[in-house]
Amino acid sequence: MNKYILLRHRDIPNLKDLQIYQENGGFAAFRKIVTGLTPDQVMQEVKASGLRGRGGAGFPTGVKWSFLPTNLWPHYVVANADESEPGTFKDREILEENPYQFLEGLAIASYAVQANTSYVYLRGEFDPLAAGLDRCIAAMEAAGLLGDNLFGTSYSLRLHTHLGAGAYVCGEETALLESLEGRRGLPRLRPPFPAVVGLYGKPTVINNVETLTNLPPILENGATWYRTIGTEKSPGPKVFCLSGRVKQPGNYEMPLGTTFRKLIYEYGGGILDDRPIKAIMPAGASSALIPATEAVLDTPMDYEAVAQVGSPLGSASVIILDDTVRMDWLANKTAHFFSHESCGKCTPCREGTYWMAHLTDRIAAGKAEAQDVELLHDVTSQIQGKCFCALGEFSIMAVRSGIELFRADFDARAKRVES
Amino acid sequence: MNQLATKYKDEISRIMAKYPPEYRRSAVMPLLYLAQREMGYLTDEAMQEIAEITEMGVTEVASIVGFYTLFHDQPGGKYRMQVCTDLPCALRGADRFLEELCQNLGIQPGETTPDGLLQIEEVKCLAACHRAPMYQVQSPEGLTFYEHQTVESALEVIAGLRASEQGKGGQA
Ligand SMILES: Cc1cc2nc3c(=O)[nH]c(=O)nc-3n(C[C@H](O)[C@H](O)[C@H](O)COP(=O)(O)O)c2cc1C
Ligand code: SF4
Ligand code: FES
Repeated sequence: MNKYILLRHRDIPNLKDLQIYQENGGFAAFRKIVTGLTPDQVMQEVKASGLRGRGGAGFPTGVKWSFLPTNLWPHYVVANADESEPGTFKDREILEENPYQFLEGLAIASYAVQANTSYVYLRGEFDPLAAGLDRCIAAMEAAGLLGDNLFGTSYSLRLHTHLGAGAYVCGEETALLESLEGRRGLPRLRPPFPAVVGLYGKPTVINNVETLTNLPPILENGATWYRTIGTEKSPGPKVFCLSGRVKQPGNYEMPLGTTFRKLIYEYGGGILDDRPIKAIMPAGASSALIPATEAVLDTPMDYEAVAQVGSPLGSASVIILDDTVRMDWLANKTAHFFSHESCGKCTPCREGTYWMAHLTDRIAAGKAEAQDVELLHDVTSQIQGKCFCALGEFSIMAVRSGIELFRADFDARAKRVES
Repeated sequence: MNQLATKYKDEISRIMAKYPPEYRRSAVMPLLYLAQREMGYLTDEAMQEIAEITEMGVTEVASIVGFYTLFHDQPGGKYRMQVCTDLPCALRGADRFLEELCQNLGIQPGETTPDGLLQIEEVKCLAACHRAPMYQVQSPEGLTFYEHQTVESALEVIAGLRASEQGKGGQA
């Protein structure tokens, strides 16, 4: 029996070969919709499936598509393959091992909003993956799956890859569009939203790689089938990226709503050296810290339940921390990440991330005074709610929750100078 | 005379064809990658030529080079070994790995080996956190990932790079 819906290459060897992909039902969904369904019917099916964006925000995909005005043309779809959140490595596996399912998903989304040109924006470090996708796209063109008058209809579609060049902020959708237009990746003011004024000023859908990879099975098997997986409000399968202090880090595909405990102790084999677990970051470096109580371990990982215990689920980049991890050290790591990646457009984020990095350096080095911890907390208040884009808001999550929940780790370092 | 345009005529028209004709500047990043392949970094002449092709100002092109970390406007080592020390990798020993590797090579992170072959850099998450310690090697031929690394395996990789350079007659 096949276990996987997204990571199907784990069931079927050589799925990244077009012929094998097609022998296993590949492109049947795309052919079916282009020849038999209207774009609106496709959109309705995806809405009914309840699919939510896997790039972080969890926004319903079909609803997002329906925002595109039908009196402004052309429309574009851009696949977000920037995958740069520390702790996230799921899109890479899909792009490397199951690229056609992703490309079929991109083609389905393009048909649904009647885009004739769509792009895949990949982080610069994915250069070899972009080359692989280019080969897949060429094979699809040769097989009549891309190009003009597909399957004898009037629908035409072309796909192109585009490489970023090392900037986490370009995962933010408006910065991504700036980058694709040949500019520095600085986020745009919203509204207008990309659905109305997007790429080249035209209505644009931006979807994550994993989101798009869900589409072929949804269109193949229907929304009712899809809703049998996962929970009422968070349907479907999800790839959870498990990293940090566990025995078996890796990608695990499970229904949304699976508990932390199952992911960490069953799939992940438990904590390294069987030590006690201390905290969980469910959304990569942008997470707040969640103390790993028994109740938290039994929390189902869906968008609502995880948010209730203290952090959004985000892209489900679950970083595990055990009792060897000092939270002042961790705050120093995330502060440096965000200070490095701040695009510099707005002052609270640019200056605030600099100060967080500086203060956490002092604390982690044992050179801080007790009031520096207070100062660090104040800096996070200066940033919170005042930033131009979400990166600035993410930047304080681990630092602030670290101080609030694990104060002793910080004080232990700060007091050292005085004693 | 635009040397880049002459030398890479076909490749440039393939790049240009991806974008609407009125948005030539969309090609700026692919063209910068193309030019960087030549020397390992971007010369003033290359940026000038790219400005001409994309119909942008040269200062705009330079600001893009400055913004994105994978573009270099200074020569570095021929190979850049970029070790991820971001949080998830650091939880699996990446900081120690980098320190010991640098000790072995007798250089500090950020520095280049005395023979100019290899620059060691510390970088942010490379989307392979479950296979730490890991790094990528940036070379004129492109990017290669190395995962589940030890100091011993990394030193072997470096020895391999050195040997292949010598095989090429040391044209560093
Ligand atoms: C700083 C920042 C970084 C982001 N990075 C990514 C990313 O690497 N990949 C991604 O798909 N979404 C990323 N997002 C979310 C995107 O802006 C966007 O919401 C997402 O691509 C929408 O796709 P979805 O609806 O399919 O999830 C990021 C957002 C922010 C604020
Ligand atoms: S919050 Fe940070 S990343 Fe976002 S626009 Fe402001 S400076 Fe740039
Ligand atoms: S933290 Fe090193 S690859 Fe993600």
